[in-house]
Amino acid sequence: MVNLPQEPAQGQAGPDMRQAYLFGIFVARRLVALVITVMIGVYLTIVVANMGGQVDELRLIQIRADVAEEVRGDPGISPAERQAFIDQRVALEIDRLNLDQPFIWRSFDYLRRAMLLDLGRAEQMHSDHGSRQVNRIIVERLPATLLLFGTANLLVFFVSILAALALSRRYGSAIDRAVVALAPTSAAPGWFYGIFLILIFAFVIPIAPPGGMVAVPPPEDPLSYALSVLRHMALPVLAIFISSIFVSIYSWRTFFLIHSSEDYVEMARAKGLPERMIERRYILRPTLPPIITSFLLMLIGLWSGAIILEQVFNWPGLGTLLFQAIGHRDTPVIIGGVVIFAYLLALTVFLLDFLYALLDPRVRINPGGVGR
Amino acid sequence: MTVRRPLLGRLRRYPSAVAGLVVILFLVGMAIYTVIAIPYSQVLQDWRAGEHWRMNPANAGPVWTDRLFGGNAPPTLTISSDAANVEAAGFEGGRQVRIPLTFDFAYDDFPSELTLFLGVRGTDRPAFVEATWHRPDGSEMRLGAHRISADDRIAISQDRALEGRLGRVPHIGLFATDPGTTARPDVLQGTYRLTLDAVLFDEEATLDAALVAFGRVHGIAGTDHLRRDLMVALLWGTPVALAFGILAAVGTTVTTLVIAAAGVWFGGLIDAAIQRLTEVTMILPILPVLVMVGTLYSTSIWLMLGVVIALGIFSASIKMYRAMLLPIRNAPYIEAARAYGASDARIVLRYMIPRILPVLIPGFVTLIPTYVFLEASLAVLGLGDPVLPTWGKILNDAQMQGALYNGFYYWVVAPAALLMLTGLGFALFGFALDRIFNPRLRSA
Repeated sequence: MVNLPQEPAQGQAGPDMRQAYLFGIFVARRLVALVITVMIGVYLTIVVANMGGQVDELRLIQIRADVAEEVRGDPGISPAERQAFIDQRVALEIDRLNLDQPFIWRSFDYLRRAMLLDLGRAEQMHSDHGSRQVNRIIVERLPATLLLFGTANLLVFFVSILAALALSRRYGSAIDRAVVALAPTSAAPGWFYGIFLILIFAFVIPIAPPGGMVAVPPPEDPLSYALSVLRHMALPVLAIFISSIFVSIYSWRTFFLIHSSEDYVEMARAKGLPERMIERRYILRPTLPPIITSFLLMLIGLWSGAIILEQVFNWPGLGTLLFQAIGHRDTPVIIGGVVIFAYLLALTVFLLDFLYALLDPRVRINPGGVGR
Repeated sequence: MTVRRPLLGRLRRYPSAVAGLVVILFLVGMAIYTVIAIPYSQVLQDWRAGEHWRMNPANAGPVWTDRLFGGNAPPTLTISSDAANVEAAGFEGGRQVRIPLTFDFAYDDFPSELTLFLGVRGTDRPAFVEATWHRPDGSEMRLGAHRISADDRIAISQDRALEGRLGRVPHIGLFATDPGTTARPDVLQGTYRLTLDAVLFDEEATLDAALVAFGRVHGIAGTDHLRRDLMVALLWGTPVALAFGILAAVGTTVTTLVIAAAGVWFGGLIDAAIQRLTEVTMILPILPVLVMVGTLYSTSIWLMLGVVIALGIFSASIKMYRAMLLPIRNAPYIEAARAYGASDARIVLRYMIPRILPVLIPGFVTLIPTYVFLEASLAVLGLGDPVLPTWGKILNDAQMQGALYNGFYYWVVAPAALLMLTGLGFALFGFALDRIFNPRLRSA
């Protein structure tokens, strides 16, 4: 931090090629670090999921019980024959699920396959197209989650920044104080407000559907399909919006207030620059890195909140999938879900680094110096 | 002491802080009362046992909401033979008993269920009981004869034959003004009597009888589909939620802080290892991991607490603490401590951490409701504690039983309101503390 003034000067002095090179190096380094991080994270997940082989044991019992149940109804074979038949079927099943190898080997196999997003076959569940592949099942659900949470987050983000800018201009006003007073309502997560929204807008005043993603049966032509999805999205988006908008505005307002009392902003005001220009060039531009950071951190937080909100609204996304997998005790799908979430988080973190490096030249030149 | 006094004084100037504190104290008081009034072992047993609640109506709303909206729904009426005017006559080898069970029914809604609990005392031989229903308008109806062993119950509401004769479910048909025809019958108010004529095959034998007209309303909080009094769960949810929230917040904040301070102080390899571990934990999604652990191992609330703390140790806030602690590392007073020979542990725990503690306290307070809601979230996902009643588990039950769809709003609103109250209480307090401890925010 102390030797800052020299460093940007040095960076500007160098040719563009060098800039690009440094940037490339930085991105590559972050990427490698992140892949290693994801690997450790996924491996930990696998180990936790199969701690001490307890899960294998459980699955073995499950297989045995299932096979015995299937064979039980078969009349006309002797008990010895039946036992032999059961053993044979169990052995086949164990072979199919690779349960006969030691866990340590299987764990690396699991890791390799998880890293390549080959998440194995689901035990009970299947995708809407009938595939048993976990990654197919997950990929099918991903767009729904992205649509819902992408929309809601972008909405919250832009509305809160714009509102915060407006409020920081006239802080202390009635609206400003109302927002400050309402900020604690964000203690409750989106699904919580979702329950009330369903109660009010789907049952008391039935103007919106209580759940689902499209009407049943889905409309044929694309336009009415989109409209139906929009109608179904309204309540969940509203739930997320209510639960995060006030605290978002509050924290941005505070942030902008602090930054609008910086000396260079006062200087710009003294020069008589228009308020708009001051906002854009003197307040927003230098505060962009932290804004982006907080946006992506908010995304990280919301990935997990998704599970229950989707469940409450019966939204056919990743969260509902995970919930259904709990119901079926379908281990591969649950582990697959965790791996996918880990990837999404890692991707978010990477995006964060990347944008940071784009926006803040100091990061590129001295990767360790100005941390996140 | 010198610090605490001005803090309390400053707190008093923030109405939101006072409101938050009042809510928190109320919840703590409720938690303490609950733990004393309903011991842990008792609540575990009661919440599981179905028989314990057999005298409660199923899915009954709270009394006060019904009365508030001008309703006059019946509570549960129990008419016992203890108070009845029993006539008995002996015969060779037995007794003939007539028990009139008389009660006033002056409500605007029908009972939700009608059940007769019978018990034959003093003999092993079963008794014969015949029941006759007398209505206020003078009409009467035979409800059929039954063979009764030691402890028996006759579910009048589920008597298909009677339903056929009445033209609608017995607990409505028996109380309706006009048996049979209209779609929405009215309640015939007045004095009803159920006469039991019993033959007991022992001269010493007696018959205990209790007619239970299950109500539409029950207590302050109503009941769920298993007839359990929701008040028990609402009360017990308080200590569970507070304990989970506070322990999780303390567990994660304190460990994280100590680790961040140690990393900053020792630097080098330790710091690097802590940073990398933090990055790994950052990409582990808390809720899915909890879901995984809950599905594969146990949904015990204490295991969940352990996992939350374990994942919270190397949480992203280490980065924030690190940024705060880095400038402190080279502060002159730390140098002074080193000069007089303070140990590493002493410098970290007594010199570095206390320095940033005031800034962290507001965050700590606002963190508590996050974990309270996390516990509720898990329960809503069906991964609530298997034995303890919690607010989230009530919500989960309600959702499973389609409470909103069936109009049992009280079932969802009460636990949700308590969750909200907890969230708001801590958040209000935390936000006010934030403004007190961080003067730069005090502009508004």
